Amino acid sequence: MVSKSLGVGVMTGAAGTGGNSSSGAPLLEMRGIVKTFPGVRALDGVDLDVRAGEVHCLLGQNGAGKSTLIKVLAGAHQPDGGRIEWRGEPVSLSNPQAAMKHGIATIYQELDLVSGLTVADNIFLGRERSRFGLARPAPANDAAGKLLARLGHPEIRPTAEAGSLPAAAQQMVSIARALSQDAKLIVMDEPSAVLDNEEVQHLFEVIRDITRDGVAVVYISHRLEEIREVGDRITVLKDGRTVATGLPVRDTTTRQVIELMTGRDIEFVFPDRRPVADAEPLLSVRDLGLRGTFRDVSFDVRPGEVVGLAGLVGSGRSEILETVYGARRATSGTVTVAGRRLRHGSVAAAVSAGVGLAPEERKSQALLLGDAVYRNISIASLARFVRGGFLSGGPEKEAAREQVQALDVRPADVTREVRTLSGGNQQKVVLARWLLRDCRVLLLDEPTRGVDVGARSEIYALVRELADRGVAVVVVSSEIPEVLGLADRVLVISDGSVVAQEPADALDEHAVLDLVMEGTVDPHRRADRKHATAQQHEGDVA
Amino acid sequence: MTGSTVTTGGAGAPAPAKDRSPDGNGKGPGFMAGPAGRLLGLVVAFALLCVVGAVTAPDRFVDIDNVLTILRLAAVVGVVSIGMTFVIIGGGIDLSVGALVALSSVWATTLATQQMAEDFHWIVMVFTAIAVGAGAGLVNGIVIAYGRLVAFIATLAMLVSARGLAEIIANRRTQIVQDQGFLDFFGGDVLGVPSLVVIWALVSVAGWVLLNRTTFGRHTFAVGGNAEAARLAGIRVQWHTLKLYVLSGVTCGIAAVMLMARTTTGVSTHGTLMELQAIAAVVIGGTLLVGGRGTIVGTVLGVLILITLGNVFVLNNLSSSAQAVVQGLIIVLAVLLQTRLAEGRGGFGWLTGSRSGRGESSSGGPVAGGTPAGAVSGGTSTPGAPGGDRPGTGSTP
Repeated sequence: MVSKSLGVGVMTGAAGTGGNSSSGAPLLEMRGIVKTFPGVRALDGVDLDVRAGEVHCLLGQNGAGKSTLIKVLAGAHQPDGGRIEWRGEPVSLSNPQAAMKHGIATIYQELDLVSGLTVADNIFLGRERSRFGLARPAPANDAAGKLLARLGHPEIRPTAEAGSLPAAAQQMVSIARALSQDAKLIVMDEPSAVLDNEEVQHLFEVIRDITRDGVAVVYISHRLEEIREVGDRITVLKDGRTVATGLPVRDTTTRQVIELMTGRDIEFVFPDRRPVADAEPLLSVRDLGLRGTFRDVSFDVRPGEVVGLAGLVGSGRSEILETVYGARRATSGTVTVAGRRLRHGSVAAAVSAGVGLAPEERKSQALLLGDAVYRNISIASLARFVRGGFLSGGPEKEAAREQVQALDVRPADVTREVRTLSGGNQQKVVLARWLLRDCRVLLLDEPTRGVDVGARSEIYALVRELADRGVAVVVVSSEIPEVLGLADRVLVISDGSVVAQEPADALDEHAVLDLVMEGTVDPHRRADRKHATAQQHEGDVA
Repeated sequence: MTGSTVTTGGAGAPAPAKDRSPDGNGKGPGFMAGPAGRLLGLVVAFALLCVVGAVTAPDRFVDIDNVLTILRLAAVVGVVSIGMTFVIIGGGIDLSVGALVALSSVWATTLATQQMAEDFHWIVMVFTAIAVGAGAGLVNGIVIAYGRLVAFIATLAMLVSARGLAEIIANRRTQIVQDQGFLDFFGGDVLGVPSLVVIWALVSVAGWVLLNRTTFGRHTFAVGGNAEAARLAGIRVQWHTLKLYVLSGVTCGIAAVMLMARTTTGVSTHGTLMELQAIAAVVIGGTLLVGGRGTIVGTVLGVLILITLGNVFVLNNLSSSAQAVVQGLIIVLAVLLQTRLAEGRGGFGWLTGSRSGRGESSSGGPVAGGTPAGAVSGGTSTPGAPGGDRPGTGSTP
């Protein structure tokens, strides 16, 4: 979809052109950074260079490697390969303390303040000023007050408890902490995610202010319009690689950025769809709502059909799935499985009606990591292995073995601890759990998160095979191509409501992106897009 | 015990460092880390202890009466420890067991109960004791599972109030067991083995079957190992948690009956500090305090080690204070070893100062803290990394 030449062209275009407020040698230079986790190559040769005094934006879809990269930068992860130069000198950031000593501070999305301590305590945490072993709050409070005033937030009292502050103020405290450590580079991981519009503007002022003093900021955000407003240069990551680095913001169009983010080197092979028989829906969701999260969600899934939910993080897509499953208690609407209405907020009811969920966070929400594979598979269907009140291990292992073979879990050893498997095989274990239970409705939340690129097509084929066997499948994914390739029908979720519901082949990635960014993309252009998509579709048909 | 919400994770951040599994290609943790290895270690420790006993007090230690004394002493704690094993594997803790033993013993020996026993059968006393234990366990369970109180606090409160209630009922007096049938039955022996020891054996076997051969046992591992995963697999986590505390209460009732038979009394000071002994035995036996792992056989060995240790000290005329000090050391050692073994780091590496496993070696060696044990040893999460904290996955809210 993306022309290779575009990426290359942009990259060469960027080389040599200076950012608007920076000059000289880069403050930070990362070359060929590689980081692998068991079963996943999270970073596969990432380059990044940041100059003093600039706002460098890091872009990429979920799973592109942004978070891993900033953890490398923060000293929380050690790279397996590559080179990091800091002010022209090679450095090794072997732990967070080392990174901090060099002047690299990271402000994580989940703010890491100690909520029971005061603002001043938090700012000087680990570097408390004391005399004869006694803390001296007065000078600390003083210094904290000055820092916050410099950031334009004199209203934050240094003696206030950090946990009692709103998110925006907590963020300012984090920034103040970074500045108090004399940071030369501040990494901000989606700082705007927790802020409202006005607070974002405030944050931008602070960012402009500190960069004027020569501090560099690496800014991560999903919102392209923010980057346009505050950023100097852009680096785009995709599938663990740098696809473009050092693009000047002002010379790069939003369209180019989106294409860099979404274009793929690896075309995933999606299995062919079969026409879905015109049957009664197996899963029927009506006007489902969860107060404060989403509302009025209605859709049907027939046997053999795959329905996809597309949307940004925070749009409510995962919550919809969890509410259908009963893991969250719906505040309105109904969920019906094969004509039987499910009790709200009861997972047990959903499971006994034949619904299974493969949750987003496999390790924390689905697996008993220290347990054997077969025990993970059988946990939802133990009742069928009970003979005269006792579990019989033989049939249980045998049944698990059959599933392991059918799904090609490797290694095919059911007594192995599940923690030793790769992400893709762990996902297969979760699927095996529900297959063993003969479930009729399968809810998949991010089915390929943390799954190696090679293993993804296997998961896709598996999902399609299940559908062909008559299972009704609902897939949530933040990777739009995945939803489009896998699903028969797609619901686009934005801000807690369904904004579109169309057959998958009537949509393309850009159309979905535009839809999910509704409200941030100007409506005129969106209408344009829709129009274009429709035309394209017609063209396809002809 | 589950959190009320399910986190959806932020912006696709990869799992935090402490969440990752050790290398997928290598063999699992070494043999010593496996359940069989851990039990073997316990057997060796127990055997060593016996050797020490036999060497330091040759005549008195190796004596059938002494062996029976050890077993009889171990039996009461042993039964309580079985219930405790379930609670701890299920991710909880029960501090109230000693107090429940006292309450059950007092309630079962009141004049009214003994009168009924006389009119009908001494089995009334047994049922009373077990019912009281189960009832108190039910209260624990309701408060913890549905009131979402931390188990530590809920059972601590029960510890205090159950013993208080026992004092009120007994009016701080020692109540003598009058029924000779009761004393004959529980004070007697079966083929030379004291009844108390037989009961302990039966409870242990029943516990083993329940833990390893029933859905209940499997659910216990699941709830303690990952409550959120258990909930999303359709297990009714709260209901199961409640049952665990009732089970613990039942074992307290049984233990109360045994104690009544051994001492011929019911008194509000019965079972003092028994919670500590039981927890120590369970932990020495290799059950993880954070839940999800543990064995009945380990617990039985843990009880034997603890009681035999006391016996060796007494036979050598050492003070009970010295014994307490050594017991404490053994508990710490046991947990340290356990944690290291569970992390698959070969056991003694930490003694020789090899700390490489602590960070993340770039060679992809076993990553520290990948196991639930990481939570016990603490400090394995990398400072500065965003807390990978997910409500509802912890063993306690």
